[in-house]
Amino acid sequence: MISADLNIILPEILLAVFAMVALLGAVYTEKDKLAPTLLWITAAVMAAIALWIGTSGSGTNEAFGGMFIDDGFARFAKVTILISAAAVLVMSQEYMQRRGILRFEYPMLITLAAVGMMMMVSAGDLMALYMGLELQSLSLYVVASLRRDSVKSTEAGLKYFVLGALSSGLLLYGASLTYGYAGTTLFSGIVQTANEGQLSLGMLFGLVFLAAGLAFKVSAVPFHMWTPDVYEGAPTPITAFFATAPKMAAMALFARLMHDAFGQAIGDWSQVIALLSVLSMFLGAVAAIGQTNIKRLMAYSSIAHMGYALMGLAAGSAMGVQALLIYMAIYITMNVGTFAFILSMERDGAPVTDISGLHMLSKRDPARALAMLVLLFSLAGVPPLVGFFGKLQVLLAAYDAGLIWLAVAGVVASVIGAFYYLRIVFYMYFGDERDDAVEMRSSPVLYGLLMASAVIMVVGVVNLFGIEGAAAAAAATLVN
Amino acid sequence: MDNLLSIVTFLPALAALILGLFLRGGTEDADQNAKWLALFATSATFVISLFILFQFDPSDTEMQMVEQSDWLMGLQYKLGVDGISVLFVMLTTFMMPLVIAASWDVNVRVKEYMIAFLLLETLMLGVFMALDLVLFYLFFEAGLIPMFLIIGIWGGKNRIYASFKFFLYTFLGSVLMLVAMVGMFADAGTTDIPTLLKHEFASESFSVLGVQVIGGLQTMLFLAFFASFAVKMPMWPVHTWLPDAHVQAPTAGSVVLAAILLKMGGYGFLRFSLPMFPVGSAVMTDLVLWMSAIAIVYTSLVALVQEDMKKLIAYSSVAHMGYVTMGIFAGNQQGIDGAIFQMISHGFISGALFLCVGVIYDRMHTRQIDAYGGLVNRMPAYAVIFMLFTMANVGLPGTSGFIGEFLTLMGIFQVNTWVAMIATTGVILSAAYALWLYRRVVMGDLIKESLKAITDMTARERWIFAPLVVMTIWLGVYPAPVLDRIGPAVEALVADYQLAVAHGDGATQHANVSY
Repeated sequence: MISADLNIILPEILLAVFAMVALLGAVYTEKDKLAPTLLWITAAVMAAIALWIGTSGSGTNEAFGGMFIDDGFARFAKVTILISAAAVLVMSQEYMQRRGILRFEYPMLITLAAVGMMMMVSAGDLMALYMGLELQSLSLYVVASLRRDSVKSTEAGLKYFVLGALSSGLLLYGASLTYGYAGTTLFSGIVQTANEGQLSLGMLFGLVFLAAGLAFKVSAVPFHMWTPDVYEGAPTPITAFFATAPKMAAMALFARLMHDAFGQAIGDWSQVIALLSVLSMFLGAVAAIGQTNIKRLMAYSSIAHMGYALMGLAAGSAMGVQALLIYMAIYITMNVGTFAFILSMERDGAPVTDISGLHMLSKRDPARALAMLVLLFSLAGVPPLVGFFGKLQVLLAAYDAGLIWLAVAGVVASVIGAFYYLRIVFYMYFGDERDDAVEMRSSPVLYGLLMASAVIMVVGVVNLFGIEGAAAAAAATLVN
Repeated sequence: MDNLLSIVTFLPALAALILGLFLRGGTEDADQNAKWLALFATSATFVISLFILFQFDPSDTEMQMVEQSDWLMGLQYKLGVDGISVLFVMLTTFMMPLVIAASWDVNVRVKEYMIAFLLLETLMLGVFMALDLVLFYLFFEAGLIPMFLIIGIWGGKNRIYASFKFFLYTFLGSVLMLVAMVGMFADAGTTDIPTLLKHEFASESFSVLGVQVIGGLQTMLFLAFFASFAVKMPMWPVHTWLPDAHVQAPTAGSVVLAAILLKMGGYGFLRFSLPMFPVGSAVMTDLVLWMSAIAIVYTSLVALVQEDMKKLIAYSSVAHMGYVTMGIFAGNQQGIDGAIFQMISHGFISGALFLCVGVIYDRMHTRQIDAYGGLVNRMPAYAVIFMLFTMANVGLPGTSGFIGEFLTLMGIFQVNTWVAMIATTGVILSAAYALWLYRRVVMGDLIKESLKAITDMTARERWIFAPLVVMTIWLGVYPAPVLDRIGPAVEALVADYQLAVAHGDGATQHANVSY
């Protein structure tokens, strides 16, 4: 029995063991000098495990009495998480090394965060949920303040920690209420108590607090306050990480909790999620307009994008979950490319985040400017780029679920949001020549990821690389 | 050739790809090569597109030359033409070589310029051929990106404002259409346009937030599509982006905008609004007709007081598009025939007028009307050509402008005489502003010092105008080639529309009674 359980959770165990062995190995040998090698090895291990999970897993397997669920949905999320984490690691190597912040703990913390995320998306129990979430969060608090001598970075870490702890508190309170009224922490048990009648008032309270805690993790309005500050303060590679894998994990956990534990009360939570969604879309769109720092801008952009992804969840259907997964996968691909671009922005060796420095980049570096143009239009959801298909999917799901007002609000917000993406295009293409222009660092890794991401945005119009089928299958295992 | 339409659509994009990948820009030789390649590609597209025209069978009212293959998300990649769309395809392929030839003097970022126009051609052709809702939307919206860049990079002084206004205005209009398309997909279960044309959308009235919507779902869908097409058209009062975009865009950009992009709105009304939501259209007809009448008179008056030549022509375009919407929503054979004819002929005439402005702008670098006067003394050939197109713009019999205006007015007279009467005053007003413009720019003595050295049109410029002159006069004298091709398709459209409205009237009235 126990060996079968362990077999199911083997990828997580392997990754955790790898993290600990590598940590000890580095401590007893050359420490930071080993960091670059360790980073590449970590990325390779993550990619290998992603490949393994993606190709070998089948069916729905439960371990430890249902506390850990390995199904198509979890596998889809895990593959996305691991690949994006590996991409971000690879991206950050040169940047961090040149600035002397590439410590050997960094790849290990990212690995541990990834283990936490894998736990999150497989959680079948409130306790497993919390364990995964905290493992992820604690690792993230530390990496946010990785640059110890920078006031902004430490402030970001502290702010993230304090607010994160608050949200964990909310979540735990919700979990305890749910346990109190359902008498169990297992999702499969909770869903049955709700099934026997209406959701009781206590359960409803629990549900709302759980949702609030998770909304914090996906940075949905009104729990988004930490996002811009943390994005701005953390070193850029860390920001890139924040914008990708943890968002996918939290969103997947959100979907799993809502469908697995409260799947009989869709009407109750659908309206809560719809509200989070509409607020996020509008705040993300409006607040980004005034930003001049591209990292803050991307923070608001990610808030808006989470709004769209939540629209898929609010639909409360298999179609909605499918849309959510596709949307997140596309969102992560776009963000990897965009952050590869941001990471190569610098002036005299120092990183630059001011968008006005991009003046007339199209003259100095046409290839990168064009790739960024494609990514920006894709982020804005303008066809024919792939970002549009993500939006189309969630709109279809929302309309299908009768949330027409939400669909209309979403497209209106996307028009407002288009403005700030266009503003970057304006700087790159229409501006005047100025002397405080950024230089683009020529790093083959960053260049490759930027181009790959942009090419996917264009070529994906012909074929979405089979991602829709995988997402549909994944969604079917979660919602039935 | 089974995939003729795809070849025509993607040939320009292929040329753009070759330009982008294999041509290193920057040097003068490279710029020259880019221009020749673009001209060659657009000309080849036109020649190949002639096969579409020859293969097209006007008597068949179904979609022709259909190509179909599976696409992502269960959608279809499906192209085809019928009597309504085939001439727009031809208009596009016909205008593009002229547009490229008119851009021969561009010397800033030539390679990118040509790429933008070539991509734009692909996207415009796609709009007129797409037979899948999402595919249509894709082409329709994607055209914004190259046009945004064309205005923003190669535009005039105030180009930033104009490009943003253009993009956001049209984007806002079309996203509402996107929601409606999602709704249609949910209702009909398909995005295939020929199937949707036969699908009957519910027209039972219901109430939204306490307001009763007559025509129900059809009216809602109609309004969402209307938001998009009215902006694109553009109709009063959402036309304000057009003068800004026209004034700031480079000459070639203005020509494409006036000659082709504006026609997408009219095409959309004919392809979607009228046949798919006949009851919704019927409910909203009065509103659209009066908006058209106001557009014709109001924008003509506004055109009268313009100081800037491009702005004047831009407002006159809005007025002429007023005739188009009026003709379409007259809902009878003459009206719709006239509307399509007017769109085609306006493509030639307004394109030519913007080129006329371009000719003197290239020499004097101003578009202010007062900066000119007496050009006839030094530019006789220009004066003749400009006069021809001014007259065509006014709708002088013998030019193609007359046929379109006359047919639409005849169509609307049978439906609503008051609107017809008001719209007819627009004919007089258009004569006033166009002839006055001509007098101020071309006639009189050449007294301005700066104009003393101005030269007449070069051979290249004359060759650009030649095909436009031929088309304008030919269609004005002998409109049958156009009317014969669109006739059967329009007849079928009108028959279906009238039938559905008669049927829908019963349904909505029944709903009203039971309410």
